[in-house]
Amino acid sequence: MKMASLKTMTASVATLALCAGVATADENAELVVNGEIHMVTRTDAPEHLENIDVIRSGWTFRTEETQALQLDDFDNPGMIFVEEAIEDWDTVEGSEGKACADCHNAVEDTMVGVRAVYPKWSEAAGEVRTLEMQINDCRENRMGAEKWGYTSGDMTNMVALISSVSRGMPVDVAIDGPAQETWETGKEIYYTRYGQLEMSCASCHEENYDNYIRADHLSQGQINGFPTYRLKNAKLNSVHARFKGCVRDTRAHTFSPGSPEFVALELYVASRGNGLSVEGPSVRN
Amino acid sequence: MKKLALSALCLVAGMGIASAEVVAPGQVTMDEYGFVPEPLTDQPGDPENGRKIVGSKSMGNCVSCHAITDMAQDVPFHGEVGPLLDGLPDRYPEAMVRGILVNSKNVFQGTVMPAYYKVDGFIRVGDGYTGKALEGEVEPLLSAQQIEDVVAYLMTLKDE
Ligand code: HEC
Ligand code: HEC
Repeated sequence: MKMASLKTMTASVATLALCAGVATADENAELVVNGEIHMVTRTDAPEHLENIDVIRSGWTFRTEETQALQLDDFDNPGMIFVEEAIEDWDTVEGSEGKACADCHNAVEDTMVGVRAVYPKWSEAAGEVRTLEMQINDCRENRMGAEKWGYTSGDMTNMVALISSVSRGMPVDVAIDGPAQETWETGKEIYYTRYGQLEMSCASCHEENYDNYIRADHLSQGQINGFPTYRLKNAKLNSVHARFKGCVRDTRAHTFSPGSPEFVALELYVASRGNGLSVEGPSVRN
Repeated sequence: MKKLALSALCLVAGMGIASAEVVAPGQVTMDEYGFVPEPLTDQPGDPENGRKIVGSKSMGNCVSCHAITDMAQDVPFHGEVGPLLDGLPDRYPEAMVRGILVNSKNVFQGTVMPAYYKVDGFIRVGDGYTGKALEGEVEPLLSAQQIEDVVAYLMTLKDE
């Protein structure tokens, strides 16, 4: 990659030796889920990206063992949470006596392609909305039910279910028209160096992907795989929870999940992955 | 034997706090290249302690970005975000190394390396790694004495 000066290369060699024991992934492995969903895990960067030529799914940075867990739904622990959400989909809740299924029928019929285009401008609301915001809008206004917490288990499971039926489709969020202003805001946040460590998302995921930072193999920080099941905390993790963790690690005061800042950042980061396949629920470490 | 050395060390550190002259973060004198020729305290740096700071996650955590062969045995997982630090004193004078630690951005424009002796100019400073806003004054990432200890350690990394 671009920073490969002689010095960093010497460092890489040294680090490889120091990291012995960590299995390195096969760079060119193909991700085919259940023997039938062919995922695009590397492809030309979308035109708006200035500093990266090839975008890569986080899957390509993981060890072979972790990669293997995503090849089959029986091995993917994230699918257990999808099963839970299937129950919620059919469960009547709230004052209107309705379930998701009453308005949307079968999830595998009506929700195909939805994950791929979110976050998305909502004409009715006059704002860019994430899938979580849309789900809560249905709960509140169509079902008369309580909103789910933005990064709660119920919410993240439902996002995983909706994502699962779009697996293999290319991420394709719109960044122009009414969404453009939000996208610009997200881009500015992406490049702002927050916290006492003065690091931006770009410091790690643009300038240093493929490098190790301590024991972590830095990826491009793409969100096409979300929600992701992390071996580290053994649960599904939502996009905004991940953003929060990364900002916290710069010794910064983070934004809140669901905040306008994170919504804008999500649109921008999603757009950096336009062309990669929807993978959620994916498996990461 | 080890214990003895350790308590002697604590004694020195304790005395340091009591009597040392310390240059405050805002008062550091540097030249146009960001080099800092004068030590930040009048206590000479302790390379043993510096080595601990460089390798420990809760202090300098320098190895998260830099590999150092001298620590390959006892500290696992060195990063590769920054250059290998072996042979550093053969390349750079001490004033430069101190300058890089105080505020790396003065020496390497735009670098991702954090500034270890700086207390202002941050955006949304948090309270450590809690994710919450910091109330009150920013403490530099390392104290003046810790900077001197790290400089002393790094200056031992000569290539034989
Ligand atoms: C101090 C370094 C650092 C900074 C700064 C940072 N991250 Fe990360 N991030 C990591 C590490 C380490 C991981 C785990 C390994 C990986 O996937 O890169 C990670 C993972 C991620 C992932 C998960 C990718 C996947 O495939 O599962 C996303 C998304 C992400 N980061 C987004 C961001 C965004 C957005 C920002 C800025 C708001 C940011 N990061 C800032 C270190 C950082
Ligand atoms: C987040 C990553 C990061 C951390 C943490 C970090 N550094 Fe660095 N450091 C770098 C990078 C990157 C460079 C290369 C300068 C540039 O950006 O061009 C560098 C350069 C240096 C250099 C100059 C080396 C050379 O050969 O040019 C020294 C000395 C140094 N760092 C020491 C330290 C020490 C000591 C610590 C901890 C107290 C530390 N660094 C922590 C990223 C880091």
